[in-house]
Amino acid sequence: MDLSTLTYIVVGATFLLYIGIAIWARAGSTGEFYVAGKGVHPVANGMATAADWMSAASFISMAGLIAFNGYGASVFLMGWTGGYVLLAMLLAPYLRKFGKFTVPEFIGERFYSKGARLVAVICLILASVTYVIGQMKGIGVAFSRFLETSYEQGLFIGMGIVFIYAVLGGMKGITYTQIAQYIVLIFAYTIPAVFISLNITGNPLPQLGLIGTMADGSGISMMDKLDMVVTDLGFKEYSTQLMGSKLNMFVYTVSLMIGTAGLPHVIIRFFTVPKVADARSSAAWALVFIAILYTTAPAVGSMARLNLMNTIQTGPVGEATANLEYAKAPQWFYNWEKTGLLKYEDKNGDGRIQYYNDKNPEMAAKAEAFGWKGNEMTKVDRDIMVLANPEIAGLPNWVIAIVVAGGLAAALSTAAGLLLAIASAVSHDVIKGMINPDISEKGELMASRLSMVGAIALAGYFGLHPPGFAAGTVAIAFGLAASSIFPVLMMGIFNKGMNRQGAIAGMIAGISVTMFYVFQEKGILFIPGTAEILQWEGYTKSWFMGISVNAFGAIGALVNFIVAIVVSKMTAPPPQHIQDLVEDIRVPKGAGAASAH
Amino acid sequence: MDNNASKYWQANVRLVSILLVIWFVVSYGFGIILAEPLNAIKIGGVGLGFWFAQNGSIYVFLGLCFYYASQMNKLDKQFGVSED
Repeated sequence: MDLSTLTYIVVGATFLLYIGIAIWARAGSTGEFYVAGKGVHPVANGMATAADWMSAASFISMAGLIAFNGYGASVFLMGWTGGYVLLAMLLAPYLRKFGKFTVPEFIGERFYSKGARLVAVICLILASVTYVIGQMKGIGVAFSRFLETSYEQGLFIGMGIVFIYAVLGGMKGITYTQIAQYIVLIFAYTIPAVFISLNITGNPLPQLGLIGTMADGSGISMMDKLDMVVTDLGFKEYSTQLMGSKLNMFVYTVSLMIGTAGLPHVIIRFFTVPKVADARSSAAWALVFIAILYTTAPAVGSMARLNLMNTIQTGPVGEATANLEYAKAPQWFYNWEKTGLLKYEDKNGDGRIQYYNDKNPEMAAKAEAFGWKGNEMTKVDRDIMVLANPEIAGLPNWVIAIVVAGGLAAALSTAAGLLLAIASAVSHDVIKGMINPDISEKGELMASRLSMVGAIALAGYFGLHPPGFAAGTVAIAFGLAASSIFPVLMMGIFNKGMNRQGAIAGMIAGISVTMFYVFQEKGILFIPGTAEILQWEGYTKSWFMGISVNAFGAIGALVNFIVAIVVSKMTAPPPQHIQDLVEDIRVPKGAGAASAH
Repeated sequence: MDNNASKYWQANVRLVSILLVIWFVVSYGFGIILAEPLNAIKIGGVGLGFWFAQNGSIYVFLGLCFYYASQMNKLDKQFGVSED
């Protein structure tokens, strides 16, 4: 059976499954729509959280980031898992005890202020919308590459599927489809990884393959081999290359960790379990399901890189016949060339491919002596590493079909979670909380469904007309969540004296310095040509201690903490009933079932 | 805050502080700050610093989360503040 028919069958079957679940798990009340009636088993919630959390970026992009950044990409591995430790110990149990529906609702009540709630809603929408655009793009790309539809058709099919189960089932429908999506995506990720690890190291467990020896009988370890292969061609040594400086890696990791703990679509998942104790164990289970993918990714990244290098450089560097002849390249090479994600240019006209680091002066000198005229792989998009991996490793077509279904599952599950966070902020925090507090349960349920429709339409619009900033969006979402939401949630629980003035000032200060630093490099609201307005004489990128814009959320969070504490010391302490509320959320006893108010 | 609740909170904060120190040491400590010296020690074919940064710290995070959940259940019972 050819690849595209097979892919249609596998992807079609998973979509039917999601729709079947949606019909079975319809939501009948606002409690079911926002928090699945608080009746989700902690292990099931852990699995749904893992799917919610692992987006197209985790599934498709991360292994590629690791493949080309080596040790430097550790910031993603530690950052996107270590945040769960913070979530489990500092936020999830207390927010579950509080027992309401949304994150802004907690901020509004804890800081006895509609203003604080509104600021939180704005931060939430900014972070979630920027994040959801990336998912929509991923869906469109996966469809157009593997199902031979246009990008737009792919996007509409994806929107249609999310529409069915998110509008019908709300959190309840999303939870159970996310569980199914997790199972699809984890098989899709680990099956090729096992094959590749077996091929290269002879060990079926990728985690052991990573620290194992080559299966070619040379007795050399996989990592030493990879380091040798890349340094021979002038690239940085894989196992030691840094991302920016050490300080930048440190700060970047902090940003990703607290950004993870502060992302509202992840936090609200912990509102769905029956008890406080369940929220604690559920966070641990979520990390188990995430760790299965995250501990596999370093093996996938390193072995994909090794495979790619060995495919092109087939023998000792410098020997005339040791470079792959373009005419004899494997089929996947041509397939990906067609998509524009892989580009080859025969600079020295020898019909062979030279892939090396021509920016490295030592290597460039050597290459000249070989008669090479520059690196001929002019583009190797990191996103193709996971999608092309099964082809590069020569795996059967059904594996490729499953990988496509897995990528779609990752993008759909995250998109649905984000859309729910946006829709509930609009219907519960803005419509019920601010505009019309007397709205009936039925009216609010209708409003939440309409908000969901609106959120899907908005996401679809941005998917069709991606704004200029689409590329950097995920990192920006983390920066925003890290610098605004995480600090106020944490202080709301651990600092009884934190008051309204402090929280609002902290959020605004944190998000402002972060946005300023980002806009200074990328343009005001990412509009090209506006960056110069914010730059001063002698401005250089990453001017603040060499910290990159993606890593700056941690500095924003620090500003948030400092401003909030200073302002709260200078103003009146929170009223007694708020201090009582804080004491109440600190103990599990008395956590009821879902309560609207 | 009554005496019992405040003792429960102190015990909770002490537990979380200890666990977060471990969290910091395995990721920021072993994985970033001390990565080079640790790389002199090999675990299989990779340096220990590299391994902590890409695999080891995640295993420790998992252990921390489960240990925290079970210890908190004990504290809940000990101070009589559990939900059931």
